Amino acid sequence: MSQASLVMFEEESVEITEIITRLVKEANAKSAYLVDKDGQLISSAGETQDIDSTSLASLTAGNIAATGGLAKLIGEQEFSILFHEGEKDNIHISIVGHRVILVIIFDERSSLGLVRLRVRKAGEELGKTIQKILARMDSADSKENLLEEITDDDIEGLFS
Amino acid sequence: MSFINYSAREINCKIVYYGPGLCGKTTNLNIVYKKTRPESKGKMISLATETERTLFFDFLPLSLGDIKGFKTRFHLYTVPGQIFYDASRKLILKGVDGIVFVADSQVERMDANMESLDNMKLNLEEHGYTLDKLPYVIQFNKRDLDDVVPVDEMRTVLNPGGVPQFEASAASGEGVFETLKAVVKLVLAELKKGA
Ligand SMILES: Nc1nc2c(ncn2[C@@H]2O[C@H](COP(=O)(O)OP(=O)(O)O)[C@@H](O)[C@H]2O)c(=O)[nH]1
Ligand SMILES: [Mg+2]
Repeated sequence: MSQASLVMFEEESVEITEIITRLVKEANAKSAYLVDKDGQLISSAGETQDIDSTSLASLTAGNIAATGGLAKLIGEQEFSILFHEGEKDNIHISIVGHRVILVIIFDERSSLGLVRLRVRKAGEELGKTIQKILARMDSADSKENLLEEITDDDIEGLFS
Repeated sequence: MSFINYSAREINCKIVYYGPGLCGKTTNLNIVYKKTRPESKGKMISLATETERTLFFDFLPLSLGDIKGFKTRFHLYTVPGQIFYDASRKLILKGVDGIVFVADSQVERMDANMESLDNMKLNLEEHGYTLDKLPYVIQFNKRDLDDVVPVDEMRTVLNPGGVPQFEASAASGEGVFETLKAVVKLVLAELKKGA
């Protein structure tokens, strides 16, 4: 298969969660989510308990995919920032390193300007971390063996 | 593309149900949703028109128990079948780990099945995937109806490669889980191979 899995180790997850936890605080936001472009949730921080994060991840990826299609249609490469304004809560969506999507939910305690500013800074850090993960995945020696150890019985067992 | 998260101890995979309009893709997901225990499923999202035609996609997250201490999570998507939604269909195929092609067994839908299958191959190629290399199963749906094409003929036309095929009447639930299980197994086997 041409596409390898995206693999994230514990320490990488910790690093990402630290960055977005700090972002939530510095941006006075309610929550932040990092989502892969295929719709998988990578990490989240802040007040996340009231929102179904799996749905959020899938819809965000769909949203980015659709606006990316629109961008191509008018000759743009992609729209790297989307902003949805609600009555109480707002959503700021940005693409980090062409690869992952950063979602910020904020209300009147913050402002679009502040969120933008903080997202720019955190985005750079996240971009670096993502690059590190991708580079690690590319290097052959770090291939982990979790999947090799899966047996046919394991797979069968899922359905018993 | 599957996502293996050591921190959350999860393996996430994406499965797409493809096929012509009204063949029963959304029905497959509805049945899976209905018959799955609450703790194993997330919210089902349907981005549909007012007449319940899929507009962008349906989405159902499903948990299927543990392997080696990792939760296995499958994200099931359907595409909109109508020809003019091709742009959306293409987007949804991005990052796919496994495909279920749902064919409509009714005689008058055979052309639509073939057209959709060709369209799927094209859209996969545009993402740089080839169907032959993807975990892929095919479902012959609506077997409960009277005017259906014989299974042998459907296989000749739609499944010359001989991938796992299943007869189904999705509306009554028949064949839905057999199909899902088969594609899940292929996806996991592929992951293992690629490791
Ligand atoms: N008779 C019969 N009808 C079916 C079956 N599966 C789906 N349908 C019906 O076909 C129509 C279209 O189904 P839907 O799932 O929305 O198709 P989709 O466009 O592929 O998502 C609905 O009215 C379903 O009830 C089946 O196995 N037998
Ligand atoms: Mg549908």
